[in-house]
Amino acid sequence: MVVEKSGKRLNSASELELLREEIKRSASARTRTVTICCGTGCLAYGGAKVAQAFRDEIINRGLASEVEIKTTGCHGFCERGPLVVIRPENILYQRVKPADVPQVIDETVNGGKVIDRLLYTIPGTKQKVTYEHDVPFYKKQMRLVFGANGYIDPTVIEDYIGCGGYAALSKTLFEMTPDEVVDEVKKSGLRGRGGGGFATGAKWQSTREAHGDPKYVICNCDEGDPGAFMDRSLMEGNPHAIIEGMVIAAYAIGAHLGYIYIRNEYPVAVKHAEKAIAQAEAMGLLGENILGSGFSFSVKINRGGGAFVCGESTALMASVEGRVGEPRAKYIHTSEKGLWDQPTVLNNVETLANVPLIINRGAQWYSSIGTANSKGTKIFSLVGKVNNTGLIEVPMGITLEEIVYGIGGGIPKNKKFKAIQTGGPSGGCLPASKLDMPVDFDELTRAGSMMGSGAMIVMDEDNCMVDIARYFLSFLEGESCGKCVPCREGLKRMRQILDRIISGQGQPDDIELLENLSETLTWGALCGLGGGAANPIMSTLRYFREEYEAHIIEKRCPAGVCKPLISYNIINEKCPNCTLCIKACPAGAITGQGKKLPVILDQVKCTKCGACYDVCRLGAVEVR
Amino acid sequence: MTLDTRSTAEVVNAVLAKYQNDSSMLVGILQDIQAELNYLPREALEMTAEVLSIPLSRVYSVATFFKAFSLKPRGRHGIHVCMGTACHVRGAEKVLDRFQTELCACAGETTPDMKFTLETVNCVGACALGPVVVVDGEYEGQVTAEKVKSIIEGCK
Repeated sequence: MVVEKSGKRLNSASELELLREEIKRSASARTRTVTICCGTGCLAYGGAKVAQAFRDEIINRGLASEVEIKTTGCHGFCERGPLVVIRPENILYQRVKPADVPQVIDETVNGGKVIDRLLYTIPGTKQKVTYEHDVPFYKKQMRLVFGANGYIDPTVIEDYIGCGGYAALSKTLFEMTPDEVVDEVKKSGLRGRGGGGFATGAKWQSTREAHGDPKYVICNCDEGDPGAFMDRSLMEGNPHAIIEGMVIAAYAIGAHLGYIYIRNEYPVAVKHAEKAIAQAEAMGLLGENILGSGFSFSVKINRGGGAFVCGESTALMASVEGRVGEPRAKYIHTSEKGLWDQPTVLNNVETLANVPLIINRGAQWYSSIGTANSKGTKIFSLVGKVNNTGLIEVPMGITLEEIVYGIGGGIPKNKKFKAIQTGGPSGGCLPASKLDMPVDFDELTRAGSMMGSGAMIVMDEDNCMVDIARYFLSFLEGESCGKCVPCREGLKRMRQILDRIISGQGQPDDIELLENLSETLTWGALCGLGGGAANPIMSTLRYFREEYEAHIIEKRCPAGVCKPLISYNIINEKCPNCTLCIKACPAGAITGQGKKLPVILDQVKCTKCGACYDVCRLGAVEVR
Repeated sequence: MTLDTRSTAEVVNAVLAKYQNDSSMLVGILQDIQAELNYLPREALEMTAEVLSIPLSRVYSVATFFKAFSLKPRGRHGIHVCMGTACHVRGAEKVLDRFQTELCACAGETTPDMKFTLETVNCVGACALGPVVVVDGEYEGQVTAEKVKSIIEGCK
């Protein structure tokens, strides 16, 4: 659509700037913009229908020339979707339904009046918040990389250009040598956001210096980490930022072909990336002779097949080559021998999205944010048992407490915080005593966890840490490629031990056995999957040992999760005989005893599905 | 749900042509074939190997390594229960249990009437909505065991 509008490719930096001015002028002709979040979260709540309702309404009322309706990528505050923001005032409406649309147009868009009932209310108080930037969830964030998501339609390249997009690319191509680009990234202190935290500048430099031609750039959007979805939201919401980062990387290392490796489970991300590539190529921002600079670089998309191990660089490259995604030992780095044995830079989506910022605003500005060895901001997915779930971007060094309570708004239903799991299956669980810890690459590693891709899963007193450890083990057991013995056999054996503990058959030396196996795995596994696989076990053993002991010695699950160790009971004193639980029980284990007498639960028939516990709002069902 | 050989051949040829018989795109090729045929029949794998001039064992290893592929026909409705960590801590296990009970099929199985295939997925990247179930590509957020029946009934 852009091509139709501008009708030509851009052949110099000044043509890009002229187009930018033109876009800004035409945007300012409209008095208001209504942005509707169409990220995956809001879509699931009906965001697309709300957007359609806005479009229909604007056309019906003949307002199309004054009001712009924009569907954007994820705004981050998924908990309260569908989100609608009316700009330029930034009035935030949440949980908007198609039926609300006429009123929003009437009162807010036309009349400038705020509709109280659609505003966000701070939980626990009756305080309503009118503007997006005043919502506590957003207020404490620093949305450098992610902020643009709320302003641009990812399928319209002009939106990105209007927000200053591709300026970093033009600066790179016309004002900087490749060495200067590498230097700038090095000075910024940017570390890989995919998990390992390797210095991006150093990676680029070693690929630049490596012998071999052609060289490749790969963008890793495989995000198999359960609990993380920032790569997805960035690729869906702002694909051009990633493409711009890739071209800059390619220029720095001297590559002419790149791949974006996207999970097939992310169909919208694939679609938006495809569209963005086509648009950028048509406008001369990608492909042959970019902006008339003489530099050429093209990008292809490769869809992953749903294998967690393909997040490992060598496995990912094998998969791009059309082979089974098995990692190899990295005696020689992929920066020297990567894709088809050629020098290859592999960066995560978020890492690449940081690059245009660094080029535009300079390494010094970038490195002023964060801690001594972790610069810039990090996007975390704050999910699980927390009030405000969603994606947050915060400066490195912020404490866990600020994240969970300041931004996340604490734990729902006044439950007690138990643990926060960071870093995905290779990370660890941190207890309440670590809440005051500043979050950065090194602090997390020291505490026995890791940054990983930035998943943060909050758990409350109803979560069993032994069950969580077993969850990660069985996940990794299923995802292990099976190439090396420590991973293939070790994970299986450890999962069996945990199964035994959970079923009440735990033995006194099980903990020691788990520790031994963990050590073997950490030092003996071939790749990062196996090497980090023991972290969830070791961290839960370190901080929640008493829970393991309760399972093994007392044959009791303190959190009431592990089925073989628990039973559901009905507390007669609290039961009003409302029969909700009888209807909910799929096993027919609950029966009434006449009109006034409470119900009873048959332990033999009970399958411990917990349906009765979930439906009872009076706390008359207890789990022991 | 059995497709005759001719239509399988047509699909495979069309997909291979799209990728210009580039064997390095094997994963993508198999994904496209599966998107059309709903699964990967043996003849599709054989044809792919033959046209790309690579051993059948390599095609087979790729087709069995990645979770996305199925060598068995799948039902008309695909139900994917997300078992990611965020969904797990909010009770995805209970949701899966209920689906298994209601459909009389374990995860990974198809109901005998070929109507439903129940599968688990390790994360669909909609963690804020957990527990999530994806029904025919549509996301359902904050699913509870109680909602399972109405989700199944909603599939026409």
